[in-house]
Amino acid sequence: MEMPVPNPAVLSRKARVVERLSAVLPADAVIHDERETRAYECDALTAYRCAPMVAVLPSNTEQVSAVLRICHEEGVPVVPRGSGTSLAGGALPTADCVILGVARMNDVIETDYENRFIRVQTGRTNLSVTGAVEEEGFFYAPDPSSQLACAIAGNIAMNSGGAHCLKYGVTTNNLMGVKMVLMDGEIVDIGGAYLDAGGLDLLGVICGSEGQLGVVTEATLRILHKPEGARPVLMGFDDNEVAGECVSDIIKAGVLPVAIEFMDRPCIEATEAFAKAGYPMCEALLIVEVEGSDAEIDHQLDLIMDIARRHNPVELRQSKSPEESAAIWLGRKSAFGAMGQINDYMCLDGTIPVSSLPHVLRRIGEMSKEYGLKVGNVFHAGDGNMHPLILFDANKPGDLELCEAFGADILKLCVEVGGCLTGEHGVGIEKRDLMHVQYAPADLEAQMAVKDVFDPQWLLNPAKVFPLDASDTRRQMAVAAE
Amino acid sequence: MYTPSTEAELAEIIRDADGPLAVRGGGTRGIDATGAPLSTSNLSGITLYEPGAMTVVAQAGTPVSKIEEKLAAENQRLAFEPMDHRTLLGKTGEPTIGGVMAANISGPRRISVGAARDFLLGVRYVDGMGSIVKNGGRVMKNVTGYDLVKLMAGAHGTLGVLTEVSFKVLPCPETEATLVLHGLDETSAISALAKALGSPFEVSAAGHDPAEQQTLLRVEGFEDSVRYRIGALQKLLGGESTIEQESKALWAAWRDVAGFSNATEDIWRVSCKPSDAPALTARSGATAVRYDWAGGLIWMRAPTGHALRAALGRYEGHATLIRGEGQAMFEPETAGVGRINAGLRARFDPRGILNKGLMG
Repeated sequence: MEMPVPNPAVLSRKARVVERLSAVLPADAVIHDERETRAYECDALTAYRCAPMVAVLPSNTEQVSAVLRICHEEGVPVVPRGSGTSLAGGALPTADCVILGVARMNDVIETDYENRFIRVQTGRTNLSVTGAVEEEGFFYAPDPSSQLACAIAGNIAMNSGGAHCLKYGVTTNNLMGVKMVLMDGEIVDIGGAYLDAGGLDLLGVICGSEGQLGVVTEATLRILHKPEGARPVLMGFDDNEVAGECVSDIIKAGVLPVAIEFMDRPCIEATEAFAKAGYPMCEALLIVEVEGSDAEIDHQLDLIMDIARRHNPVELRQSKSPEESAAIWLGRKSAFGAMGQINDYMCLDGTIPVSSLPHVLRRIGEMSKEYGLKVGNVFHAGDGNMHPLILFDANKPGDLELCEAFGADILKLCVEVGGCLTGEHGVGIEKRDLMHVQYAPADLEAQMAVKDVFDPQWLLNPAKVFPLDASDTRRQMAVAAE
Repeated sequence: MYTPSTEAELAEIIRDADGPLAVRGGGTRGIDATGAPLSTSNLSGITLYEPGAMTVVAQAGTPVSKIEEKLAAENQRLAFEPMDHRTLLGKTGEPTIGGVMAANISGPRRISVGAARDFLLGVRYVDGMGSIVKNGGRVMKNVTGYDLVKLMAGAHGTLGVLTEVSFKVLPCPETEATLVLHGLDETSAISALAKALGSPFEVSAAGHDPAEQQTLLRVEGFEDSVRYRIGALQKLLGGESTIEQESKALWAAWRDVAGFSNATEDIWRVSCKPSDAPALTARSGATAVRYDWAGGLIWMRAPTGHALRAALGRYEGHATLIRGEGQAMFEPETAGVGRINAGLRARFDPRGILNKGLMG
């Protein structure tokens, strides 16, 4: 993975930049000692590491504004960072950058149950947003699997999803407003505690822009009352294709579950060895969860099981209690950990039209043999978001590269069948150079034009999202402009 | 009027344009920009519909009625319930799916399932220079690159002319019913609606008509579940109430703000924090109001030329002039946002020819 060569002119100004940043931030909020900046050398895509020049930890919007103004004047690239849980390298530093971490900004600013929103600083973790409102029976719906650790700032940057987005949508569908600092330090408010934009929907393009348009310091988020209850049913099938048909039939029948999760045989085997959840050994396993009162849940699960029975399941297990629900979810929730026990793994995130599921799984199986690398599939089946986990050995020379080539082929296949490179993790550096596969030059140009408007010097997280060759001219202009 | 029948033809018209173009679908939304009329109505047809994946791809000029017909055959629907402006504005013509998306038109169900923009998965459009651009796709989860899909939804054709849209649809519920609360004043009504939406009983629409003193709550789903939830809401809210079984017809009329318009007065749409709604109404100078979205959307009728925005003063939200003259249709932008919007327009439509001046 190529990253731009650090700008020597910026590196030579380190002392001055540190001095200026120290003048606007508390002493412990500016980290520049090389032993300490190493803590920020990577996010959850740990295969790539590079310590930043400086890391700063502001406590409020005004400090963020002061930091960005200084970096703008000094021509220093800035890489925003939430909790550093990105699987796509969204927060990977360059050696000449300032990492701007929002971790100290985690206050709840306002909770309003009557109007059903919460306003928070964006360093707050996803789960602690729900934590702030659950006593009143409310929750924040998007639930990425890293929700214990990941920050709202990163959720907004990547437009994070989760297992329950089939019913509740992803971050963009639950975000009502932001306070954002532009690269030149200007503070803008976009949206708020009301629905829909009064003009252009800037909020829509800011969400998912991977920290390239501005640093979001505060967010207004929609909160919902919790359902009375939720319970899953587990079903096993002898054939991937049949499981896919079953998903399609459930959707067509008018039952809208909150989650439909899919696991294939390699994943079931790994999970059983690790978590012993008592899953049936079969080709495909579905977990379908519905919500409502007890009677409503029973009714929906009955309908779903009737549909499943038409597809000759090898197992059909309806949860009747919280304990049984936990047992059904146990394996799914330990799937990544289980795969990690076997070997190092790379987690992909392409989305496909649900109808292409059997074809795509067959092709992944064939490619797995060609590459000689094992792969297990976990899958948000209701919305087509796949998570193939490719196993490799990081200590074996060439294995990472082989794994990346295999991953790229899977993502190309996703695009080929009408899907996309990433459903919820973001492009970052990981899928940056594959953007050509999904988008023509004019499509990328339109997206880059948006960045030109928000950040004309291309100083914010510059080497991400767009293929380096596509963004090269713009990034060079920034260097030359100094 | 330009009526291209292919995307390439549309691109050529825009490339060769020597003046402003007034972009429209069926021309039913009262959006009249200056310039040579350009309609997408000949870019018509559903290109893909997969009921099992809940997705549709259609050309921008496809009539909404055609899409609804096709969906109904599979017992699915446009869940965001796009309103039809013809009743309110006295327009004729055929609403198109491109128009719905370009203007981000949603109805009462917006509070429970989201707006048109939340259902839009992908777009193809021609920008102000005549370049053809695509963004998004036809899958439900997609974070590949910037979300220009959302930017195009609600841009009213000012950043580009939509040629094709992909969107998500949802299954129709088995049944629906509406709980009608009687005799509540505005403040009590808005607080009852807030209480209902703050419950686990999944209300799919919530409105209040002060003229009739009727407060409406719609519940959809399986029959037993609807009965159970209506009962639970009755118990939760108390007071005098009835159950309207002709729920579908009621909401079809409500969606289109039927009976609200008169011949002369201005019509406004105010988006606000629901609990602010009664106070906003009190100081608005409006002659009639209707509350949707649990109070988050106020339809207002006001004397012709009345400076409603000035009367509302400062609040969290915005006002759109749906019918009337002499005032901007869209809320004036703050300085920072205005600069960003102007920058985007300069990049997407450098000649400023697409619905010139409509949005700033």
